[in-house]
Amino acid sequence: MSGSNGRRWRSASKGSGKRAPGSLLTRPWEPLWQLFHRLRPARWSAYVRDHWIGKPLVTAVPMAWLVLFFMVPFIIVFGISFSQSVLAIPPYEELWGWTDDKVLQLRLHLANYNYLFTDTLYVSSYLYSVKVAAVSTFFCLLLGYPMAYGIARASTTRRNIYLMLIILPFWTSFLLRVYAWIGLLKSNGVINNILVWLGVIHEPITMMQTDFAVYIGIVYSYLPFMILPLYSNLEKHDRTLLEAAADLGSRPWKAFMRITLPLSMPGIVAGSLLVFIPAVGEYVIPSLLGRTDQLMIGRVLSDEFFENRDWPVASAVAIAMLILLVVPIMIFQRYQNRELAHK
Amino acid sequence: MIGGRKFFVPTMLAFGFAFLYVPILSMMFYSFNYSKLVTVWDHANSPTLKWYGLLFHNGRIMGAAWLSIKIATMNACISVVLGTLAGLVLARFGRFRGRTILAAMTTAPLVMPEVITGLAMLLLFVSMEQLIGWPAGRGVTTITIAHVTFSMAYVTVIIQSRLANFDDSLEEAAMDLGARPAKVFWRITLPLIMPAIVSGWLLAFTLSWDDVVISQFVAGPSSTTLPMVIFSKVRLGVSPDVNALATIMVLIVATGVVLSAIVMQRQEKRRAREMQLAASD
Repeated sequence: MSGSNGRRWRSASKGSGKRAPGSLLTRPWEPLWQLFHRLRPARWSAYVRDHWIGKPLVTAVPMAWLVLFFMVPFIIVFGISFSQSVLAIPPYEELWGWTDDKVLQLRLHLANYNYLFTDTLYVSSYLYSVKVAAVSTFFCLLLGYPMAYGIARASTTRRNIYLMLIILPFWTSFLLRVYAWIGLLKSNGVINNILVWLGVIHEPITMMQTDFAVYIGIVYSYLPFMILPLYSNLEKHDRTLLEAAADLGSRPWKAFMRITLPLSMPGIVAGSLLVFIPAVGEYVIPSLLGRTDQLMIGRVLSDEFFENRDWPVASAVAIAMLILLVVPIMIFQRYQNRELAHK
Repeated sequence: MIGGRKFFVPTMLAFGFAFLYVPILSMMFYSFNYSKLVTVWDHANSPTLKWYGLLFHNGRIMGAAWLSIKIATMNACISVVLGTLAGLVLARFGRFRGRTILAAMTTAPLVMPEVITGLAMLLLFVSMEQLIGWPAGRGVTTITIAHVTFSMAYVTVIIQSRLANFDDSLEEAAMDLGARPAKVFWRITLPLIMPAIVSGWLLAFTLSWDDVVISQFVAGPSSTTLPMVIFSKVRLGVSPDVNALATIMVLIVATGVVLSAIVMQRQEKRRAREMQLAASD
């Protein structure tokens, strides 16, 4: 202990010895400071680290915010999903109540969940949302992987420009970028106008309010979320592995399948989940571009809430959606935490 | 096969970038069209700035834009403080009880579908109002709180990954030389993560500025943000003044991103040079 103190002391004196003449004039407190250093606890840093009050305080502030505004809301949603819709403000029945003879009563209605399974609207919306999200994620990967690969293999200058071009749309309004596709896809929109002008088609094709439009909208909006994790994975690859494979006579395609693709699996998983999970609950894109005869589950939830004012059923829909997404969310968290720990 | 890859990857890159930018450029192009139909070019009267003029005289849009700027600014400032603290805790405080929960609560909002977050936040505000009478009604406060909750998750990730790029040797050294933790933070850690804080602030601002779904849930009758106005307009189809608005926003963002990229690259270069000089000393 005293040894470490001595080491510190020596290094301090060596440092001040270098510029001794000026330092006493410009920093008259220097001798006092050095005296203080001699008197301080031997393991000052460890002492502070162990006893510092700031540490729990620093932890408590963001923790309290997230518990109050992120965790508690989900508990409330879970609670209200077992409640009953009534005509009141707020429009649901309290779960806890007092009976006439002053006994605390807990009323849980499972009817909301039963309703989700019996009414085909909900089941079909769930399945449709999963299908749309899965197909969009697949196309996102199909386009995003070669792009991320190309960016990772580009020269440094080009790579920075490419990355900026990927990130730039991400900074512009998501809503307006989806809106831009209305102008392209509608029956007198840009694509139809060009195709008619070229003589490829005579009648405009209907592209708005189709599955195709929703796929386009999701792939377009979420493409940066796919490319960035893929890029940060591909960029770290050791290229000597590929050279070794080539030296041993492996063809580039085979080397890619056997080396690059398996190594990039974490990036593929992260990118796909970043697209898939929010896409399942997507609301804006299907509302602007999608079908009106088959709703996605996000739209169902919001209609249930705003149009029917049935808060308990809306909560049950949310909980059912969460149950569906909890496994993907947990996989994503494991990946994200690992990624942030080993940089 | 090599030829194939040399052809395939650049083609996909070019296609991808065209896919990303053609819609935006086309939207900007048609903002100068005189016709109300937006995508049917009026040769006689175009190009025109008519829609830009109308935009600035539209009190509803201007009012909503101002409200959005206020909310986004407040949101960005609060998110940066909370996100920096959370990022610091996760990256530097080692293992402690509750770390897993904190880590989970800062990554879950990144992927949580907005409708779920929106509903959950609203039900919380309603329950709180019943229990303690606050927040009384819904408006700017509730929108800001809801935005902070998901924005701070993004800031946390940015700060955390920036801190993960530096090992804590500089902070350790300062501690060993007797600096108190608060001083270490202000003198060492904060300057190191400043670029991340700046981009976190900007990202939080953008996320709030852009959000429509969560705002719709937690907004009151008198607090309509700009995305809510745009959404209700474009649900009915294309609208030329939205194109004009989009053009202005894209130009501002593009200028900002390009400028900040240049500034940050310069700073990084200078920092690298200083580090090199310090190492060779």
